[in-house]
Amino acid sequence: MSKRTVEIHWGKHHNEHVERLNKHLKTSAFYGHTLEEMVKATYNNGSPLVEFNDSSSVWSHDFFWESMQPNGGSMPKGGVLDQIKKDFGTFTNFKDEFTFAALSIFGPGWVWLYLKKNERKLAVAPTQNAISPLVWGDIPIIGLDMWEHAYYLDYKDDRSAYVNNFLDHLVSWHSVMVRMMRAEAFVNLGEPKIPVA
Amino acid sequence: MALRSVVSRKTLAPALRHYRSLTTFTLPDLPYDYGALEPAISGEIMRLHHQKHHQTYVTNYNKALEQLDAAVSKGDAKGVVQLQSALKFNGGGHVNHSIFWQNLKPVSEGGGEPPHGALGWAIDKDFGSLEALVKKINSEGAALQGSGWVWLALDKEQKILKVETTPNQDPLVTKGVSLVPLLGVDVWEHAYYLQYKNVRPDYLANIWNVINWKYASEVYEKESA
Repeated sequence: MSKRTVEIHWGKHHNEHVERLNKHLKTSAFYGHTLEEMVKATYNNGSPLVEFNDSSSVWSHDFFWESMQPNGGSMPKGGVLDQIKKDFGTFTNFKDEFTFAALSIFGPGWVWLYLKKNERKLAVAPTQNAISPLVWGDIPIIGLDMWEHAYYLDYKDDRSAYVNNFLDHLVSWHSVMVRMMRAEAFVNLGEPKIPVA
Repeated sequence: MALRSVVSRKTLAPALRHYRSLTTFTLPDLPYDYGALEPAISGEIMRLHHQKHHQTYVTNYNKALEQLDAAVSKGDAKGVVQLQSALKFNGGGHVNHSIFWQNLKPVSEGGGEPPHGALGWAIDKDFGSLEALVKKINSEGAALQGSGWVWLALDKEQKILKVETTPNQDPLVTKGVSLVPLLGVDVWEHAYYLQYKNVRPDYLANIWNVINWKYASEVYEKESA
């Protein structure tokens, strides 16, 4: 991901959402909510309120930058890799599903690796516009921005090159590990080992 | 380079009991060179926009049509309904971009020349002035969140001009069956990003230099007859 793209994506697009959100907050009833709370509340079960677009975009973009690191990519280790293998079969399967979902989006959207709270497993899903798994009550683990501004300067229309580069060189498995650790405080991923008397 | 909208006939394998043929689509040629709209729109953008983006819509629309044909033949109602979003997205993409190429013209061939005649009067009647119309289209185009199009439309029933926006590749008709597109401006990021980056308002300000009002007038006169 080029410096130019990050400068414009973060400095202009992301920043514009922050400024617009702050403008809303001057008069919004949701002032005082945490960002995550605001995203869930303003989603309003599918009839989003005016603050949703900007609050969700701010949250998602924060999450996106932290989903990457310099010299990222390669493979996760330990518990994260085990959980991915458990829920996707193989690491390659996960990458294929992630890429397929990313390329299936019609129009602007995001693709997510997230933890489904009720089913207690990892899954991949695409979303439209600014929506994230937060609105489903689930826990996002990786987020990749699939809006054209995220890749067009570097890859033009070649979305699969963008997604492959993200997976191979950018994704921060360290962030994933930290997020999974936090998620385990809310979701019981294993079965307790109860000794037989 | 004359504009050619080519419809090719492609025959599916005949079913046992009846013979069906499916009409598929091909990418229409541009009536001007890729670089002919500079500096308003760069040649690089025009080439990618036409050869990659529009072509992809055509290819995927044809695929969806084949799948639709199969589902209809089999009486697979669920399958037919499931294909609707792919049809709207890709079919809409083909329809919208086909109109868009006609809406643009190099300056040397009259691009940017303001509308005269019936359309000019209608614009003054319904918007006050051409400047007011341009201002409205630009502000709605800039305000559109995500991807979509901004249109100058003729409402055939109410006999009035309107400015409408549609999201993603939804064709204008999804906003009203009596709406006829006179001009469409693509505000998807791929339409301007390489040249204007995030500054969509600059793209909108400049595109008026290459807008083909003659085409819009022809459509208007034909549809309001």
